[in-house]
This record gives sequence, structure tokens and C-alpha cells, in this order.
Amino acid sequence: MDDALLDKLEILADAAKYDASCASSGAKRRTGGPDGIGSTTGAGICHAYTPDGRCVSLLKILLTNYCLFDCAYCINRRSSNVRRARFSVEEVVQLTLGFYKRNCIEGLFLSSGIIRSPDHTMEQLMLVARTLRRDHGFAGYIHLKTIPEASPWLIEQAGLWADRLSINLELSSDRSLKEFAPEKDGSSIKAVMGQVGERILEAKEEKRRFSPAGQSTQMIVGADASTDLSVLETSDTLYRRYGLRRVYYSAFSPIPEASSALPAKPPPLQRENRLYQADWLLRYYGFTVDEIAAGGEGGMLDLGIDPKLAWALKNRERFPVDVNSADREMLLRVPGLGARAVDKIVEARRHTTLRLEDVARLSSGLKRARAFLIAADHHPGGLTDRADLRQRLVAPPKQLSLF
Amino acid sequence: MRHVELKDGADLDGFRRALRGLVALGADPDGVVWSGGAAPSLFGTAPGTGTAPLPAPLPVDAPPVPLPRPVGALIESVVCHRDPERYGLLHRLVCRVVRGERDILDHHADPLVHRLALLDKAVRRDLHKMHAFLRFREVRDPANSEDRGGERYVAWFEPDNFIVEATAPFFVERFESLVWTILTPVGSLHWDRRSLTVGPAALRPEGLDRDDRFAEGWQRYYESTFNPARVNPTAMRAEMPRKYWANLPEAAAIPGMIRGAPARVQAMIEAEAAAPRRRNPDKAVAAMARQEPATLAELNRIIRAADPLVPGATQAVLGEGPEGAAIAIVGEQPGDHEDVEGRPFVGPAGQLLSRALEEAGIERDAAYLTNAVKHFKFVARGKRRLHQSPTAGEVKHYRWWLMKELGFVRPRLVVTLGATAALALSGRSVSVLRERGPMGFGDWEGFVTVHPSYLLRLPAGEGAEQAYRDFVADLRRARGMVEWAG
Ligand code: SF4
Repeated sequence: MDDALLDKLEILADAAKYDASCASSGAKRRTGGPDGIGSTTGAGICHAYTPDGRCVSLLKILLTNYCLFDCAYCINRRSSNVRRARFSVEEVVQLTLGFYKRNCIEGLFLSSGIIRSPDHTMEQLMLVARTLRRDHGFAGYIHLKTIPEASPWLIEQAGLWADRLSINLELSSDRSLKEFAPEKDGSSIKAVMGQVGERILEAKEEKRRFSPAGQSTQMIVGADASTDLSVLETSDTLYRRYGLRRVYYSAFSPIPEASSALPAKPPPLQRENRLYQADWLLRYYGFTVDEIAAGGEGGMLDLGIDPKLAWALKNRERFPVDVNSADREMLLRVPGLGARAVDKIVEARRHTTLRLEDVARLSSGLKRARAFLIAADHHPGGLTDRADLRQRLVAPPKQLSLF
Repeated sequence: MRHVELKDGADLDGFRRALRGLVALGADPDGVVWSGGAAPSLFGTAPGTGTAPLPAPLPVDAPPVPLPRPVGALIESVVCHRDPERYGLLHRLVCRVVRGERDILDHHADPLVHRLALLDKAVRRDLHKMHAFLRFREVRDPANSEDRGGERYVAWFEPDNFIVEATAPFFVERFESLVWTILTPVGSLHWDRRSLTVGPAALRPEGLDRDDRFAEGWQRYYESTFNPARVNPTAMRAEMPRKYWANLPEAAAIPGMIRGAPARVQAMIEAEAAAPRRRNPDKAVAAMARQEPATLAELNRIIRAADPLVPGATQAVLGEGPEGAAIAIVGEQPGDHEDVEGRPFVGPAGQLLSRALEEAGIERDAAYLTNAVKHFKFVARGKRRLHQSPTAGEVKHYRWWLMKELGFVRPRLVVTLGATAALALSGRSVSVLRERGPMGFGDWEGFVTVHPSYLLRLPAGEGAEQAYRDFVADLRRARGMVEWAG
């Protein structure tokens, strides 16, 4: 690796970092054997964490940050003055293998600015994946960003080599997309999601490989005026209609060379956090978008408390619930009890009547749950309905310190 | 008091042997003291030196103890923990299982189960962190040039527990094709691409920081992928505690990254949006929109250059015939002959098709002939290449090309031969024998009939001849539709 390549790596990693997705999960177990290299383990591994708390699992880079598009929120848009660079297919392949052999990564997450044409760009991305798989027997994880404007047959090919495909929606409404990303088109993005979703399902049924770890997308939060409600409604549609594996939320981050069309200030990072929590409630806890939104105000989630607690505080007539008899569905709605704790409770109570100290062994969120739970030796009494319950449960906000 | 002496570290075999003996004797866990190898016994009395009468020696050939699978897995994990009480706790657990609590691990609130679950979790976390945070360095070893030009990798890692052997399967599986050595203070592993050697504890090797450009590249990558606007060291330390930093080359940069973050963010916010220095690349932007293949020849170039989307195939077989043909005939996929020659309908089924077309009064050269799937899908059985029907998903992989192709040819009628072609055009599964005849395919007038290879598979006789006559009649009818429409 020479200095020129190091410089390019710096530029093209910097350019790729605004994509929140870094998961290496969901791939079937696979190994490269004596002639190939690598393996996928199913759950994925974070090989490092950066000081922003984010997991480093894949080598996340762009093939190039030259771009013919002009999306206002993006540092790589053609009207930005950012430093540009471009990898060759072979360079990306060598970087991936080099880092992989040093156990720095699970694989590659490759995206790109649009050069020459969407088809040309997509083809280059596909070539990287193909070279890794076919010429090097690479069995690590490959996540390819698909270019929705590319011809559909290229997407068909990409899915054969990649573990996961993603297409970033970026903005939750077609109107915002038109305003901020003039070359993009919401309906063609959704058409590709539909295509990919269908192919993934068919391949599963036919026991073939096609993007076996599913597809994902990202939405930027806080760049436009969309409410949390509309973001979550979009996610809900994506999960249901296109079978997406994950929706990532990325709080709009001030970027060097920002476009004047954007707000100068970032939204609170807490907003992104709350959206992730709401997303979990949607997928694993049986909540509907409307229930989640009702916990907040005016279509925005409560930034001060998590959405499950917010819902519980507004629906106190449903509490307290008895750990020894409530059904799983209702236990999942108890603030402080995670899905895993609930499963353990359901299993453990078959053998014994649970007391509060038992619950404490099964869940680390008991402090929060107490007010909403009945156990053999515990009843919250009037606590559930106290007007100051929220204050009692929420520690005063701490000033974030940088050290 | 009974004393059980095990080897240092995670002595799974020793524990298993001892456990069998203890269970066979029905020993009470409270009467057993476990010690590992050279570790000094806190209880003072080594076997035979105490005043108490010596317990009977453990039987050496006691039978295995049947345990539920999750209990076995828990034991394998917990013996790796460095907690000196681990063996005693496990013995206690096994006694309860033997006494009838088969599903004891479901009692999540039971204090013993809970305690063991915590040990298990700690070991798993330790394993996971070793998989994650261990870094190999490349050490070139020119003397040993048979191994990929001397490519060798060495790592130093400090786990919390006795997990080195337990991590071996992971590293062997992942780096089976490389030569590597893992050194730790509690044991070492060496893999030479064929076999694994488990070695003793090691000291931190000298010279590991010697320059490896990739290690340097990794640090640069790590710094670049960090977003200073989101600095959150607490979250980082929760997942990557400080104790791991010493052996992570990239961690050296962390303090500087955190210190520099606020200033970088401030600079970004203060920087006014600058006018683009570069001229708007209007021409390139306009050109970008013209990526669609404009002619059939361009489309064919794309198809020919692409990899097969089905297993098998040496080359793509393109459609043949004049653009503007009145009839387009779509088959399933090229067969063995077609794959070799690179032309559609040249094998036995193709010859039968030619005959039938002639009898039906359709000039083969005036029709456009193509396939729904452009590659021959087969499995090799010895020298033979056995045709495999494409799946519905595979047909859809190719559908875009077929539709574009027909868009260039603009036939007045699309005749589909067999179920695959009918599926490709109609988008649903079609029962050819029941639905044969005219069928609308969206933009195209269509006609469904059988594939000539179906006729070839029928046993010779009156039935086969009738089927052939029906096929010719279908084609004649299709011709009639075109002539009538024209
Ligand atoms: S297409 Fe838009 S979002 Fe993607 S790199 Fe170009 S400007 Fe950025």
C-alpha cells in the first residue's frame, strides 16, 4: 500500500462515513475453505468502535466520491468543493483482503458517487463484489449500495454476489426528495426495493442465494421538516411492503461544504436514538405507529423519555400488570422489560411464583418496571398513578461531557 | 474433604473425568475442594496430609453422566472462566440435574442458575471480544517461501479468561488458507494451513509494531470513518473498554480524535456554504441520462458481457431474426447444443420447431426466435450436462432483457413455447396444456403453446403424433392471428 493509496483511503472513508449502516449480520454461515478466505458467522462482529460510539464492522468506503448528482444533504454532491478521489476495482479488492487478513473487518460495505452513468457505477460496484467472490474465494460479508437509477438487470446481478443490498431512501417524503435531491425519484427507489424484495423472497423459497442478508435503507432525520410520525409511517410501509431487514436513521450531521439549502444546526442526536427505539417497538414489541406517536406530541416523539415509557405513562389504566399471569404481549409493554427478559419471565414462572428479587435477576430494568408491575411480594399501589411518576423515573438530564 | 486437582486453565477433560467419578460416588458438592494445577490450595490440606480420613479415590472408569444438551454447553463455556469457584458451582448444578431437575436452566431466577448464567455470559463476551479485537500483523518470512511467498500472520492478545483454545475454531475457519500464530499470556495457537498446535503461555513478542502498511492504513481508515459531530466516548468505552486499547493499533489515535472533535465541528458549522469552484458538469450530467441501450445490438452487447444468472452456461445465447418480425417465438432457455454454438433452437428441439413452422406455413427466417432465459442452466453428471429448468426467480432475473428485446423487435404476436416462456411473459404460472391458445401479455398479443422438447419426451406412438399435429395446428392458428391482424 503506497502513500497515494493511503490518501485515497482517507478521502473515500471520510466520504462514506455518513451512512449509518455497518451491520454484518444476517448472512448464512459460510467459509472460504482451504483455497478461499473468510467466513460469515450469522451475527456479525464489531471489530472496533470509534469515539462516536459507532461500530466498525465493515470496511465502509466509496468507490469514488466524484458524483454527477446534486443532493443537498450530501458532502459528495457535484457542487461541493470537497477533495475527490477514485479507487480502481482492484484497489478496493486488495484493501478489503488486506484488512480482512489482519482481522480488522468482517467484510466490505461499498457505495459510490455516480460517475459517467448510474449503470456504469453499478457495474463497477458489482465487479468489486464479483472479483472478491470469484477470483479470491472471499467468504466474508459484502454489502453493496445499489444505485436505484441503474438498469434493473444490474441489480439482478449484484444480488448474486452480495450478502446485503441497500438503497437509501434518505428522505421520508417524495416532496422532500424532489426538493433536496433533484436527480432522485422516490418512485424509482421504491420500484427497486420492490424488485429486490421480491427476488430475495423467491431465492429463499428456491434455496438460492440472492442478497441472503436482506435489504436495508437509511433515512436522514432533521434535514427536512418531516415529523417522526411520518418517518415511522414510512418505515412501517418499508418493513411491510418491501420486507426490509433494517431501516437506519441518521441524524442530519453538519458536513463540511454544507449546502445553503440545509439547516445550519444539527437536530439533537437524541431524536435519532428515539427513532431507533420506536423502530424496535414497531418490529419486536407489537406496537403500532399510531400508538407510538400518541406517546409524543404533534407527531414528534418525546425526547426526554423513551417511547415505551411515554406510551405507558399515557396509558396507565392498563397497568400495573402481574408478572406471574400477564400474557407475553402485555409484559412486552412494561417499561424496563426487554424482549429477552420477558421470555425468561415467561419460562421461569412456569416453575416458581416470581417475587421482585427474582425479576431483578431476569431484567436489568427493574427500577423502571417496578411502578408498572405486580409480583408475588410487590404491588406498586398508588405509584402507577402518581402525577410525578415521570419525574421519579427520569434522572435529571446530565450535561454531556466530552471526556 | 475431598480434593480434586485439575490442570491450569480450562481443564474440560479433567473436569469431565472428575465429575463422572463424583457422580458415581454420589459425592456431596459441599465436601469437595477443587484446585487448578499449580494454584496454591487455600485450604491448606493437600490430599493425604490432613488429619481427616482420606476419602476413597475417584473411580477412573465411571460411566458418562447423561446431561441435557444446554447443560453440557453451559459446562463447556463456564470451565473457561477464571473464577476459582467455577468447578464447584458446576458440580452443584450437575448434582441437581442428576437428582431430577432436568430443565433446571429454565429456572432463570434460581440463584445458582443465575450465577452460572453470569459466568457463561462473561466467557461468551470474552470470546466475542477476542474474535473482534485480536489483530494480526503480517510478518514476512522469506526463509519459509513455500507458504504464499512467506505470508505469515502473528497476533498478541490478552483475554480475561481461559478461552484461547475455545477461540481456535473461529480463527481456523476464517483463516484456514493462511499461516498464523496467536500468542497470549494463557496459551498460544499455531495454524500451518493443515493442523493446529496448542502451545504454552507466551510473552508479548518484540517487533510486532514493525511496519506493516496495512496496519498504518487501518489507523488512517479508523480516524477517517469517525464523525466528530457525534462524539460519544462513553458509548465507545462501553463496547471497547480501555483494557483492550493497548493491543489495538488504531486505539493510539483515540485521545487526539476526541480532543480535536469540538473544534472540527465548530469549523464545519461556521464555514459558510461556498459557491462551487468547479463548473457545473452540464454535459456529463446530460449524458448520464442516456444509459439505456438504444438498439437491439447494444442490448445484446450487454447481455453477452454479463455473467450467467443461472448456474452452468458457457455463453449467452441471443435472439435471432429480423427486427420488425411479425411473430416472435420465445422458448425456455438454450440447451446443450445452443450453448455450444451460441445460437437459439439449433438442437433437436430446434429442428422439430423448424419442421413444425414449415408445416404451419411460417418462414423460420422471417420470425424472431429467442429464449426467456439466455443461459443454459445445467448440472454436470460426468461428461453429460443435464438440463435444469430455471426457477421462477431465475426467469425473473432475465425478464428485463426479454422485455427490452421484444421492445426492439416489436412483433405483432408473441408465441410462447412451454411453461417457462409463458411465465416470463405473463408474470404468473401458466398451465400450458389447459390454457394453450391466445393470451394477452400486457403490451403484447400472445399465444401459448407447448415446447417442442415436450414433444420429444413423449413416448413414440399415436399420442405423440397427435401432440405434434396439435402443435402445428397451434402455430397455424398463430399465423392466422397475425395475418388477420395485418
Ligand atoms: S447521488 Fe446524491 S447522495 Fe449519492 S453521492 Fe451523489 S450527491 Fe451524494
